[in-house]
Amino acid sequence: MTAAFPLILSGVQVRRQGKTVLGPVDLTLSANGTTIIVGPNGSGKTTLLRVMHGIERIRVGGVVWENDDPAKHAFVFQTPIMLRRTVAENLAYPLMLLKTPKDQIDLAVDHWLGRIGLDSSRGGQATRLSGGERQKLAIARALIRKPDVLFLDEPSANLDGHATREIEALLHEVANAGTRLVMATHDMGQARRLANDVVFLLNGRVHEYGLAEPLFSTPSTLELIAFLRGDIVS
Amino acid sequence: MNRTLIILITVFCAQVSIADVMRIAVTTSFENSGLADVLLPAIKDDLDLDVQLLVVGTGQALRLGEAGDVDAILVHSKAAEEAFVAAGHGTHRREIMYNDFVVVGPKSDGAGAGAAANAADALGRIVAADRAPFVSRGDDSGTHKAELAIWTLAGIDIADLGLRYQSVGAGMGAALNTAVGLNAYVFSDRASWLNFGNKGGLVLLYQGDPALFNQYAYLPINPSKNSHIRNDLAIQLEGWLTSQKASTLIDDYQIAGEKLFTFNASSP
Amino acid sequence: MSIDEELWEISLRSLRVTLTALLIASIIAIPLGTYLAVQRFRCRRFVISIINALMGLPPVVVGLVVYIMLSRSGPFGVLNLLFTPTAMIIAQVIIITPVIASIAHQSMRELWAEYHDLLISLNTSKWQRILTLIHDGRRNLLTAALAGFGRAIGEVGAIMIVGGNIDHVSRVLTTAIALETGKGDFVLAMGLGFVLIGISILVNLAIHTLTRTEREGRW
Repeated sequence: MTAAFPLILSGVQVRRQGKTVLGPVDLTLSANGTTIIVGPNGSGKTTLLRVMHGIERIRVGGVVWENDDPAKHAFVFQTPIMLRRTVAENLAYPLMLLKTPKDQIDLAVDHWLGRIGLDSSRGGQATRLSGGERQKLAIARALIRKPDVLFLDEPSANLDGHATREIEALLHEVANAGTRLVMATHDMGQARRLANDVVFLLNGRVHEYGLAEPLFSTPSTLELIAFLRGDIVS
Repeated sequence: MNRTLIILITVFCAQVSIADVMRIAVTTSFENSGLADVLLPAIKDDLDLDVQLLVVGTGQALRLGEAGDVDAILVHSKAAEEAFVAAGHGTHRREIMYNDFVVVGPKSDGAGAGAAANAADALGRIVAADRAPFVSRGDDSGTHKAELAIWTLAGIDIADLGLRYQSVGAGMGAALNTAVGLNAYVFSDRASWLNFGNKGGLVLLYQGDPALFNQYAYLPINPSKNSHIRNDLAIQLEGWLTSQKASTLIDDYQIAGEKLFTFNASSP
Repeated sequence: MSIDEELWEISLRSLRVTLTALLIASIIAIPLGTYLAVQRFRCRRFVISIINALMGLPPVVVGLVVYIMLSRSGPFGVLNLLFTPTAMIIAQVIIITPVIASIAHQSMRELWAEYHDLLISLNTSKWQRILTLIHDGRRNLLTAALAGFGRAIGEVGAIMIVGGNIDHVSRVLTTAIALETGKGDFVLAMGLGFVLIGISILVNLAIHTLTRTEREGRW
């Protein structure tokens, strides 16, 4: 399932309007667990995720997967994108793209609706869900194709505590079931709760990368120390 | 492949008809007279012929004939017709009937056009008085050309008239509407005027000058233009239009008790 | 033929010509507008500008060009289509396709901006994207189509030239109104005008009802 890793980024650079927003980045991500990307706003977390997923065009550098199958990635955006359809139809959409037979689709949809607790809203318009419900739906929709790796861009950034807890619980389940997670967050508590390894991004460069436990307890760079303390780092 | 496509499209679009169908371009003044409503049913009865009328201006009728899009035309512009035949577009011209033009204007008739000695005099009085403007069709139609001929007779150059002469570039009905709106004088064919539903404050002021006679002629289109032209039907119709039956129908036709057309077809 | 029968005849012909033109124009314009929203290519801005500019094409000019094409002395004269409802449909398709395409493109572009990241992330093919946008944006596409309908049902210049306003063959409401106005019969012309407006309202209502656009939450 995680045959797609390790993931090697070498010399990756992304420029926008003449400025380098990311890079050069050299990073090798290992096969298992949950990688959390942290860093101040504007440090390039979203761009890094998009590069890894392959939806950001890079001019310089390379992204190499051990075994790349694009259908085996999924992405959850910071602001969940809801199709203008019902909740059930949103969930079914990725499977419809694959021309999965209808009975299999129905099974999968029922399963996930139950798991995220939206069964009673299945016939309602997805655009009328609350922020937390939308994000849960987006995650379920991302997982319905059983991806090898799930990218998440600050999934609980705009949510209240209750919704955040629900989402973290879901992600915990999913990670335990073996799905590789790569997630950006600015919630340090969330990072500590979920991370196996951590990437600290600053100004588009990887400032530190390592296993969560050592990195959080004994950060090596001044910037990370300051960041963990809650200072504004630039 | 291309040929097959054309055949398929033709079959798809072909108009299936049982009776014979022919198309004639006629002028708006003919249509406005309402005579067609009398003649067409009779033609259908006698010849089992569906006549489709395209009601357009004289200029457009001649163009349609030139393009071979119709089987015959019925217009009233002798010079243009003779040129049409000379150029080979029409096989010949056959005179059928005539009506006349009249001068229409405001009831008050400040210019005294009603008391004119002849048509040229009437137009002369209108521009001399300069009380109400004169509306012209200005569309190169048979009516327009007849109007211009009268100005020439009167020795008046319309370019010198300025705002006294309003050229609207439109059909008879539209020109009449404009004239009513402006309370102006206007040159019209009798039939259009009698049938016009919006006379407003205008009345018929001057009529009767032989210079105002308006000859209608029927011109079959030259069948050598394309294979769709039904010259056989055009000749058949010509025979009917110059027959005793047609003569009676045309001479008997009246609007509000007034006779409109005079049949004057002679043997070819 | 009584007045009522004649009225029925020309009203039905108006509807037949315009609805057929609408169907054909939509089949061309909607995928075109959607494609232009999702596919980037070099002359894209140029093509979009041309389509927008074509919206301002005077219908009479279109009529003239179609007449020249379909005339027996013209390139497609062999088809013998001049002065038939088919010729009128052709002219109206040419007139309303840019209108529908332009409006469809606008709303598809907005929807694409919304769906862009998700659909790319899900690895959709170009065709899947177009179908998804058309499906989810169908309400706005309907508005685009109705705009085309409005343009066509009230059109008179082009269909007068290519149709010829022939009684019982190519006479429709708008050309009949022109004819009666020209004869000075304003009362009849106005009456026909009201019938035209009435039909237009009915069609709009019917379409909105059939698609239940006003129902809560579906709009």
